[in-house]
Amino acid sequence: MAFLDFVPNLGRQVLLTIPNLGAAARFLLRSLVAVINRHFSIQQLLKQVYGFGVRSLLLMMVAAFFTGMVLGFQGYYALVRFGATSALGTLVALSLLRELGPVLTALLFAGRAGSALTAEISSMKATEQLSAMEMMAVNPFAWVVAPRLWAGIIVVPILCAIFDLVGIFGGYLISVPVLGVDGGTFWAQMQSNVTFSGDILTGLFKALCFGLVVTWIAAWQGYAAQPTAEGVGNATTRSVVTASLAVLGLDFILTALLFT
Amino acid sequence: MAAEALVELENVHFSRGPHPVLAGVDMRIPRGAIVSLMGASGGGKTTMLNLMAGTLAPQSGRIRVAGQDLQTLDFEGVYRLRRRMGMLFQHSALFTDFSAFENVAFPLRRHFRLDESILRKLVLMKLEAVGLRGAAGLMPAELSGGMGRRVALARAVVMDPMLIFYDEPFTGLDPISVGIIATLIRRLNDALGATSILVSHDVQETFSIADYGYILAGGKIIAEGSPEALRASDSELARQFLGGQPDGPVPFHYPARDNYATALTGSAAAGEVI
Repeated sequence: MAFLDFVPNLGRQVLLTIPNLGAAARFLLRSLVAVINRHFSIQQLLKQVYGFGVRSLLLMMVAAFFTGMVLGFQGYYALVRFGATSALGTLVALSLLRELGPVLTALLFAGRAGSALTAEISSMKATEQLSAMEMMAVNPFAWVVAPRLWAGIIVVPILCAIFDLVGIFGGYLISVPVLGVDGGTFWAQMQSNVTFSGDILTGLFKALCFGLVVTWIAAWQGYAAQPTAEGVGNATTRSVVTASLAVLGLDFILTALLFT
Repeated sequence: MAAEALVELENVHFSRGPHPVLAGVDMRIPRGAIVSLMGASGGGKTTMLNLMAGTLAPQSGRIRVAGQDLQTLDFEGVYRLRRRMGMLFQHSALFTDFSAFENVAFPLRRHFRLDESILRKLVLMKLEAVGLRGAAGLMPAELSGGMGRRVALARAVVMDPMLIFYDEPFTGLDPISVGIIATLIRRLNDALGATSILVSHDVQETFSIADYGYILAGGKIIAEGSPEALRASDSELARQFLGGQPDGPVPFHYPARDNYATALTGSAAAGEVI
């Protein structure tokens, strides 16, 4: 019986998911287009950039520093066996620029800013603030959603660039002063093997895509939440879980498209 | 009810999924009046406000506000009309990151480019009208329930609307605050020359200020008239509602499939559908 239930249940889930995806896509489009609405405000955008960016900075820098140091240790352990420690600078830089920088920035952003964004929008919905805005003829997409979405798109690549820089510095601190790799070789190898458009820009492009996806999921989960205390809690959890999985899945697709 | 109608509903049907909420509602709100809309919880009163404000669209029927058919208006047209409407929400719906002053100033800042000194005068005038000029600098979390409702009222009327909606304005307030809000609703309606639609369960307070009333049940209007006429209504449902009787046409018991004795002696576990 359980197996017989499985097929209709699966079908029901698919039928429920498809309209939801459509609604989320329409939500994204409305939010992106709302940038030309007269209620879109640059001050609101800057406020969100500050909230998402400056307030996440310390977390990102600490995480990047430790990630870079661990990369230095692990890279050294792998390379020393082949007498190739001169490639450590390249290994640290490429790992960070191409993968760890964008992915970890996006995951931390989903946990730090994404969850707060979902909670904020869903609470505004639960306390009728979004309806009040509608009643005052102020488009909530232009005033609330669009500044947050664009702030995410702007902030995540910048945070990623900072993550990369601090991570490389952490890797350097472990590799050169602690493990005794030659400093000149560390930087020279990195300089000759890392390309600006192939590694740095594509990494930042990944971060931009992640920024869009994480903020979109967070805002949508908040907007579609049940307007109750339980609904707000569920939406926040769903936002972090979905955004994190989406980042990892999208990372695979982007890596396959950009780096092959 | 001879005055010109500001809002008219004709045979309005609305349902949420398979559940009909409104099943053919006709209504006429005369200009300048305070009209109350009463009915049991979940009976579709708030839905009716949303339909009149254009935030929901009916499945069939016509809704006209200030001579304009809401169904024929585009998004911009509805927004233009809403700039002439105000709404007081059940839980105030103040923006929690703005002070009382900024909450009241919000619609003005969004719709007009006003000189700061003029904006200040306009906002303080409205706050003074609700007796809270002294609380202008307080944040919503620092206001009591009644004060929050009054700030929300000042915000609802700051654009001098022609039509004001009140969604359960007395819910959860102490008797003094209820009296204040009721007085303000009457006073603001008359001072602004506005029309007010008041959704409430509070029969005494509502009848003390309303000019006309409708009672909604089962998705239809079951009684209408002046407060006196409604009190004298021969509809059993209206009498049950206005008298607050626990049992009547709206039954006390939620329907169960079998009788009480069988349910008590049956083997079904607690919580199981029996």
